[in-house]
Amino acid sequence: MRFPRPTGRILLQYYRTMSCSSDTAVGRSIPRRDGVEKVTGRARYTDDLVVPGAWYGRTIRSTVACGTIRAITLDPAFDWSRVVVVSADDIAMGGGENVVQLIRDDQPALAQRAIRHQEEPILLLAAADKTTLETAAGHVHIMYDPAEPVLDLGRATETYTTIEIVKGDVAAARRQADVVVERTFRVGLQEQLYIEPQGAIAYPYRETSNGKREAGVTVIGSLQCPYYVHRALKRALALSDEQAVVIQAETGGGFGGKEEYPSLVAIHAALLARKAGRPVRLVYDRHEDLAATTKRHPGVITHRTAVRRDGTLLAQDIEIVLDGGAYCTLTPVVLSRAAIHAAGPYSCPNVRIRARALATNTPPNGAFRGFGAPQSLFAAELMVEHVAERLGVPSVELRRKWLLRVGDTTATGQKLSESVSAEQVLDAALRGAPPVRPSARPTVRRGRGLSLVFHGSGFTGSGEKKLSGRVAVEFTAAGEYRILSASTEIGQGTKTIFCQIAAEALGVSLERVTLAPQDTSLVPDSGPTVASRTAMIVGGLIRDAALELRTRLARERAPLRVEKTYIQADTIHWDDQTYRGDAYPVYAWACTIVDLEVDTDTGEVRVTDLVTAVDCGKAIHPVMAEGQIEGGNLQAVGWATIEEIKMKDGRYVNDRLATYLIPTALDAPRIRTILVENPYSRGPFGAKGIGELPMDGAAPAVIAAIHDATGVWLDEVPATAEKVLEALHGKRETGNGMRR
Amino acid sequence: MPGVTYLRPRDLSDAVRLYAERPDCRPVAGGTDVMVMLHAGAIRPAPGALLDLWHLGELKGIRRVDGALEIGAAEPYTGIIRSALVQQHLPALVEASRTIGAAQIQNRGTLGGNLANASPAGDTLPVLLAADAIVRTDRRTIPIAEFFTGYRRTALGAGELIVAVRFPLDGRVLRFRKVGTRAAQAISKVVLAVSREPARVAVGSVAEVPLRARGAEAALARGDVAGAVAAVVADIRPIDDVRSTAAYRRAVTQNVLARLLEGGP
Amino acid sequence: MTVRFTLNGSPLTVDVPGSSRLLDVLREDLHLTGTKEGCGEGECGACSVLIDGEVVNSCLVAAGQVEGREVLTIEGLAQGGELSPLQRAFIERGAAQCGICTPGMLLAAHALLQGNPRPSADEVRVALAGNLCRCTGYTKIIDAVLACRA
Repeated sequence: MRFPRPTGRILLQYYRTMSCSSDTAVGRSIPRRDGVEKVTGRARYTDDLVVPGAWYGRTIRSTVACGTIRAITLDPAFDWSRVVVVSADDIAMGGGENVVQLIRDDQPALAQRAIRHQEEPILLLAAADKTTLETAAGHVHIMYDPAEPVLDLGRATETYTTIEIVKGDVAAARRQADVVVERTFRVGLQEQLYIEPQGAIAYPYRETSNGKREAGVTVIGSLQCPYYVHRALKRALALSDEQAVVIQAETGGGFGGKEEYPSLVAIHAALLARKAGRPVRLVYDRHEDLAATTKRHPGVITHRTAVRRDGTLLAQDIEIVLDGGAYCTLTPVVLSRAAIHAAGPYSCPNVRIRARALATNTPPNGAFRGFGAPQSLFAAELMVEHVAERLGVPSVELRRKWLLRVGDTTATGQKLSESVSAEQVLDAALRGAPPVRPSARPTVRRGRGLSLVFHGSGFTGSGEKKLSGRVAVEFTAAGEYRILSASTEIGQGTKTIFCQIAAEALGVSLERVTLAPQDTSLVPDSGPTVASRTAMIVGGLIRDAALELRTRLARERAPLRVEKTYIQADTIHWDDQTYRGDAYPVYAWACTIVDLEVDTDTGEVRVTDLVTAVDCGKAIHPVMAEGQIEGGNLQAVGWATIEEIKMKDGRYVNDRLATYLIPTALDAPRIRTILVENPYSRGPFGAKGIGELPMDGAAPAVIAAIHDATGVWLDEVPATAEKVLEALHGKRETGNGMRR
Repeated sequence: MPGVTYLRPRDLSDAVRLYAERPDCRPVAGGTDVMVMLHAGAIRPAPGALLDLWHLGELKGIRRVDGALEIGAAEPYTGIIRSALVQQHLPALVEASRTIGAAQIQNRGTLGGNLANASPAGDTLPVLLAADAIVRTDRRTIPIAEFFTGYRRTALGAGELIVAVRFPLDGRVLRFRKVGTRAAQAISKVVLAVSREPARVAVGSVAEVPLRARGAEAALARGDVAGAVAAVVADIRPIDDVRSTAAYRRAVTQNVLARLLEGGP
Repeated sequence: MTVRFTLNGSPLTVDVPGSSRLLDVLREDLHLTGTKEGCGEGECGACSVLIDGEVVNSCLVAAGQVEGREVLTIEGLAQGGELSPLQRAFIERGAAQCGICTPGMLLAAHALLQGNPRPSADEVRVALAGNLCRCTGYTKIIDAVLACRA
C-alpha cells in the first residue's frame, strides 16, 4: 500500500488552458495550483484519507485546571481487550522523552502526575470503531487531588520570559514633556478557528521509495510545519531522522493554530499506532479543538507617552504583560514580536519597552497570526488617538508627524533604509476611503477609525540565521522543474506563488514547474510556515536556486539539482542579549480605515466598510495577496467585536461553534484593498511578507471608530455589545487597573 | 446513530400509532435540534428511535382556516418566508423566520420543532405568544400561553404530536426584534414581539421559558408605554450565561421594547 | 434500512441505519469526502449539500430522510468533467483559499443562483451566511458569485 499523498501535480486540462505561458509569471493572478481539487471536492484533507485497517484514536483529558492525578482506573467491568490504552509510561517504555519539543521542555505529551490546565491530555485510547471507543472512554475514571489554579494574570507569579528594549532616556525625556498620557489596554483570547479541526493519521512504520516497510513512524496530518512535527516525533518516540516521516495532508486553514499544536496530535497518534501495531486516525471534533487547543495570548498593555504641546513625540514607556497559559509553547517568541512592534510605526527618540509573559493555569496559548504584534499594536494605535485627543489635534496629523520614514530608527535602533511606506499607505487609504455617511436612524450612530501599522517580515532577529532554511530546485530527467521545500500550503497560496517565483527566475512557462509534496522524507527543511516568511525568505531561496539552476543548465544536463541555504546578509545585525539592532530584514506597512455603526439601544457594532492600503513590496499574485489581506482583516474585526471567550474554572465556556462565534458573510464589511508596491531589494522580485500584517490594523481602528460614533473609549477587545452598552450607560470605567 | 431505530410513518395517523407503541421514540422533522443533540449524546435518556415527521404532507402547508392562518408543524421556515399569505398577514413571523440560523437551517427548521424543543431562545416563539397562536395537536388545541410549562418543558402529553399552529387573523400589528451576537447563525440574547392592540409583550431568552410580560402588558393596556418599559424588568428573569449577561438582557429588553412601542425601527 | 435516493443524478440504494447522519453516509459509506465536517451541529455549513435543490447541513439530516429525494454533493457539481461556471469563478477570483469551506460554499451559492439568477450583493451575503469561511473575509467569494449572475 502506498501512503495516500496529496498530489503535488494537478495540472488538469483546465489549468493548462488558463495558464497560457506568457512573459512574466510574477505579478499575475493565475489560477491557484490547488484550485481545481478544492472546488471539486477532490482535495484530500486528513479526515478524508481512507486508510484500511486504521483504528480510531481519542484523547482523555483532565477535568481540573490544577492539581495532581491521584488514580487512573480502567473500569474492570469493561472489556479492554478490544482497546489500546496509552499512558505516559508508554513513552518511557518506548525509549522516548515525555515532552513536546518546542522552546522549553516543560510540556509533557501526556500528563504523568501534575495537571496544569483543563483538558490536559492524560490517556490515549484507540479502537476499531467509534462506538467501542466512546464506550471505553466512559469507563476511564481519573481521580485528582485538585489545587487552587491561577487563572488571573494579576495573581500570576511564574514568569516565562522578560524582555526589555531601551532606546535613549525615557525618564529624562519625560521631564521635558508638556503632556504625559497614560492608558492601559486589554486584549482578549482568540481562537484561530481554522474550519478543519486538528487531526493526524499515524502509521507504525515508514515506507521506502520502493514501497518497502521499515521501522519508524509516518504521520500524515493537518499542519503548518512538517519539521516541527518531525523533531517532536523523534524525541517522544526515540526515532532517527529517517525513521520519522511527516507528510502534510491538504490543510484546512492554520493561522498559527497548526504551527505547534500538531506536534502534540502527531505524537499522540504515533504512540497509539505503535502500540496498536496498525494505523490510527486521531481527528478532533470541534468541541475538543475549541476546548483544548491554543489561543491568542491575552494581555494587558500600559503606555505612558510624553509629548510637547506641538505634538512632538518625546518618549514612549510601554509595559506589556501577556498570559502564556499553562505551558511555555512559543510564548517567548510571541512576546518578542509583541515587544518589538509595541512602539508602533513611529519614530521616537526615547523608548522603553518592558515585556513579560506569565504562567497561568489556562490551556497554553500559542501561535496565532500576528504573533503578539496585534496585541501590542492595538495599544500603540489607540495611544495615538488618546494623545491626539489630549492635544486637541486630529490623530491623522499626529501620525503623519510621528511616522517612520527612510533613515529613521525603530525602538531597537534599527535604521530603516528601504521599503518604508508608512506615509504612502496612509495617503492611499485616506484617498481610497468612501465618503463619510451620516446615519439615517437616531438610534444608530456611525463612526470612522483609522490605524497605521507595520509588521516585520520573517523570523525575529537572528532567527533566520539560526534556522538556516533550505530549499532545492531541480530539473528532472523528464524535463520538469521541481521545487522542493517544506513550506506548506494552508490556503495562503504557497504552492502557486512558489511556482510563479521559480518560473519567473527560470524563464520557463508555469506549467513546466511543479512542487514536491511536503514530506520530510523528500524535501529539505525550509523552516516553518509562519512569521510572514514564506514568500519573502523561502521564496527568495527558491528564486536564488532557480536562477543558479538556469545558469548551470546552459552548460550542464539533466537531472540537475540546486540547493540553497539561507545566509543572513552581512548588513543585518542583531544582538539577542541587548535587543538592539535589525529586528527584521524589512517591514510591511498598512493603513486601515473602518466605518461602523453602533446601535445605542443594544450596543451592537456593525462594521460596514473597511479600506486598507498595504505595502507588501511586490504582490507575487495580487488576487491571493488581497485574499490574505481581506481574510486577516475580517479575523481582526471578529477579534475586535464578537469573538469572546469566557472561562469558568479554567475551562473555556465557548467550546462549540454555537457559542464561539466568528463573522458570517452577513457580518463582514465591504472590504477594499489597495496594494501599494514599494519593493524590497532582497525580497524575491521585491516581495515582503503579507501573512500577518492584515491581523494588526483593524482592531484599533474599530475601537477608534466606536469612539468616533459614540464618544466612549473602550480600550479593550473584544468590544462586545455588552461592553459597549455598559460604556454608553456610563457605568463602566475603562482603561485602568489589572482586570480580566 | 447506531442503536437508534428510524421510523418512517406513512401518514399522520400512522405516526400517532407508532408514537403510542414506542414511547421511547423522539419525533424529528428538520433535525436542526434533534440531530445535534442526538449526535452529542445530549438526549437523556437516549431515544430508542427517531420518528420522522418531515415528509408527512398533513404537517406541511400554509392555509387560511376560519379566520385564522394555519401553518403546518413541519413546514420549514423557508416556506413561511416565501408564503404570500404569511407575508401579508403575519409579516413579523416572516421577519422572525429570516433571523433563524441561515439558509440551511431555514430550509429544515419548523414551527413544530421550535415549539417541541421549547428553548427559551426559540426565535419564533415570542411571535406566537404575541399573536395568541393556538397549537393544534393530533388530539386537541393548546393556547400558546399555556404551552410552555418549564425549562424545555411543554404541555404536550405522552405520544402527542404537534400538527399545526393557528394564528388568529384579528388585524393586530406585531413588531419583532431579535438581538444576537451576529447577523446570522446566532442564538438570540434577547428576542421580542409586541402588539399595541391588544397589548402583548412577549420576550425570549430572558427566563427559563419564552414568556408574556404581564406587568408590561397591563401598563400597555392602559396606554402607558413608559410604564410598560419600566414594568418589563420585573416580568423577566434573565441570567448570566455563555451568550450574554443578565444586566445586558435587562437593559436591552427595555431599550428594544421602548423602540418597538414607539413604532421603529 | 434500505434507502433509495438519487445522488448526483444517479439512482442509488444504500443499506445504512436510517438515523445515521447523511454526512456520515456520504463520507464513510460512499467515500464522497468532498462534503466536510466542521462542527457537527449545523453552525459552519461545511457539510452543506442540496436536497431537492435546497441547501441543507448534511450533519442534521437523518439518512432515512433522503428516501426518494435528490441529493447533490460537491462531487456532482462539475457535469461531464467540466467545471461549473461557479467553480471556475471560485478559482479565477480567489474565492477558495484553504478550501475546506469551499464545497459547502459552492453548493449554497449554486442553490441561490438556481432560485435567483440575478442576486444582489446583499442577497448573496444572506444566502452564504450559513457557510463560515475563515480565510477570505468573504469578499472574493461574494465577487465570484456575483460574476456568475445570469
